[in-house]
Amino acid sequence: MIVELGHFALILAFGVALLQMAVPFVGAQKGWRNWMEMAAPAATAQFLLIAFAFAALTWAFLTSDFSVEVVLANSNSLQPWVYKLTGVWGNHEGSMLLWVLILSGFGAAAATFGTNLPLPLKARVLSVQASVGVAFLAFILFTSNPFTRLDVAPMDGRALNPLLQDPGLAFHPPFLYLGYVGLSMSFSFAIAALMEGKVDAAWARWVRPWTLAAWIFLTVGIALGSWWAYYELGWGGFWFWDPVENASLMPWLFAAALLHSAIVVEKREALKSWTILLAILAFGFSLLGTFLVRSGVITSVHAFANDPTRGVFILLLLAIFVGGALTLFAARASALEAKGVFGIVSREAGLVLNNILLAVAAFVVFVGTLWPLVAEMLLGRTLSVGAPFFQAAFTPFMVAIAIALPVGSLLAWKRGDLRRTVRTLLPALILAFLMAALAWTVGTGRTILAPVGAALGTWIIAGAALDLWQRIGRSGPSRLLRLPRADWGKAFAHAGLGVTILGVSLLMAWAEEDIRTAQLGQSFDVGAYTLTLNAVEQVPGPNYQSLTADVTVTRGDREVARLFPEKRFYPVAGMPTTEAAIDNGIFRDVYVVIGDPQDGGGYAVRTYVKPFANWIWGGAILMALGGLLSLSDRRLRVAAGAAKKAPRGAVAAE
Amino acid sequence: MKGLLLALLLLPTAALAVEPGEQLADPALETRARDISEGLRCPVCRNESIDESHAEVARDIRLFVRERLLAGDTDDQVQAAVVARYGEYVLLKPTAEGANLVLWLAAPTLLLAGLGLGWSVVRRRSTAPDVSDLTAEERARLDDLLGR
Repeated sequence: MIVELGHFALILAFGVALLQMAVPFVGAQKGWRNWMEMAAPAATAQFLLIAFAFAALTWAFLTSDFSVEVVLANSNSLQPWVYKLTGVWGNHEGSMLLWVLILSGFGAAAATFGTNLPLPLKARVLSVQASVGVAFLAFILFTSNPFTRLDVAPMDGRALNPLLQDPGLAFHPPFLYLGYVGLSMSFSFAIAALMEGKVDAAWARWVRPWTLAAWIFLTVGIALGSWWAYYELGWGGFWFWDPVENASLMPWLFAAALLHSAIVVEKREALKSWTILLAILAFGFSLLGTFLVRSGVITSVHAFANDPTRGVFILLLLAIFVGGALTLFAARASALEAKGVFGIVSREAGLVLNNILLAVAAFVVFVGTLWPLVAEMLLGRTLSVGAPFFQAAFTPFMVAIAIALPVGSLLAWKRGDLRRTVRTLLPALILAFLMAALAWTVGTGRTILAPVGAALGTWIIAGAALDLWQRIGRSGPSRLLRLPRADWGKAFAHAGLGVTILGVSLLMAWAEEDIRTAQLGQSFDVGAYTLTLNAVEQVPGPNYQSLTADVTVTRGDREVARLFPEKRFYPVAGMPTTEAAIDNGIFRDVYVVIGDPQDGGGYAVRTYVKPFANWIWGGAILMALGGLLSLSDRRLRVAAGAAKKAPRGAVAAE
Repeated sequence: MKGLLLALLLLPTAALAVEPGEQLADPALETRARDISEGLRCPVCRNESIDESHAEVARDIRLFVRERLLAGDTDDQVQAAVVARYGEYVLLKPTAEGANLVLWLAAPTLLLAGLGLGWSVVRRRSTAPDVSDLTAEERARLDDLLGR
């Protein structure tokens, strides 16, 4: 019964979304106030209805109602309750429901918190937001209904994919979706602005928090996915350039570019059409990501869905939304009048460079991701584009961004002084060279990666510190605490990028690997560590069988860690998984994987020493933290309200 | 039931990627084998190199690579031999020939286009008249408000 009510609520939500799309839009065109005012309550109602539908599906999962098709396919009565819960979005239908839930959630949030938005803008934004909702609700109701019942309910379900039965991956999709879908807000604001033909500082102040929030969620989501891959897949890789990973990286890059260009609109009223275009592209690439993941058009580890009708449906939506938006952009962008004037050496120009590098890097990932598809369709060649290509094509952009970042972020608005900025940054430059020399000396291999990565990472981190330092001027460190939170946010986010660059480059340059057959009780050396395989035992888990090894790691005479790597077998899904055991450290991880028993006795054991591994995700956390600090800045919240009263053409004070 | 589980658990099909027995005794040759393997895709897997893959065919290619190396092939010859046997599909880094040039030239071309576009925007902004000044109408209103 509850399941049917959920289905009914979803159909009602579709109807409400249709109204929310049409009525406020007509109202805004005609200037009918009461029609426009309908948008906010409709957005709230739509959200509540979808939330009810989502709760109904969650109920079906938690109570293991196997008469519902998706529950049968993705759950099992023996599964721990957490994974029954995460099973809700661990499948195509449920994840699409989560998608629209978040979409309507953002709409409802804009309706609730947007009380000080000009009414026509608000009506148009919510109308565009609802049009996306209509499209995806139709997609769910017509091609991927999660509420489909079976005539005869089997005794037990087929269980969630064991790889998904893991804390890291369980919460990875919701964060990613919050990010993907959060970009729909920027998109709606961009379309509404094009309709009105007006983009000003107040508009940018409205768009920036939404973009920032979406970017934070994407950062966290991507980091969770990467962390999961690191410890779960059993060889310690953290990024595979898989099409689905690329699908989340592209919107992240565009969102990062959009964040920066929105600052220019807000502070200097320039780069308006540029910002609008980025907002359209950022959401367009989110839709593309949804298409790549949901259609299974590009075979990948993550492609759980494989139904072409769904793929065609999403492709059609992609064409309508992005095509329509770009057409509107082409027709109206010239009406957006730029105001701010800036020199060739200025903060604005630096941000233009940032935008170009981020956007082109995203396009390169795009070309690489779709090339196998294009080659197969147009040339009849089956080929692969994998990690070696992306590393070669993508890395130069990151290097260029890393070099330019500290300089650009210290330049003055309007007209900067390059020599003065470089002089301010001199300590960072010296430190960077020292670190490069250190990395070169310490490193065993002859790889250039370690010194370059060490120098760039240090350069960014020290640059961020100097940025804060020069902000306090002569008034002493006490001023540091009184700096606006946005300044802190900027420093944290930039330093986070530096930390991630350090982690990625040093890990890739210095990782050590050992693969061998170890007998019980045997000791062997890996790098500076000695490992002993003490025992291997069969241990039953709640819904799996585990082969657990007991390994002692020592360095010199000191015991560093005792690790219990596992190999699990999930009988219902018929799948094995490896559970690596990791001793986490600030400067290195010791990573042990137990393999199969060997013919001559003993077990296959793989050991890795991964230097600076945790810096990769530590940097991501810093970036997200920086975003949060910036989001909590008082100016951002107050300004949105104050902006309405500000005279036209007013430029925010530095 | 438990016995069955145990049997399933110990099935060799669930083998790990590179197995201890596959490795070459000569560390220099083994390092070369690993470097080559990193660029080769397991044909039946989803975006995994043969080093990372658990599949049987990946193991075959790993052994084939090592066989060729022991026979004295150069790295390029080994790669060519694998491509001749399994097709272009196994190359994770596509060749920079023919239509693939589109792929390889995409990054520099897009970068030049982007920089050109950015340059024109910056140039236009740096030479444009500063319209952020108040219009005559706004100035009059300001004077009015300030009682001038």
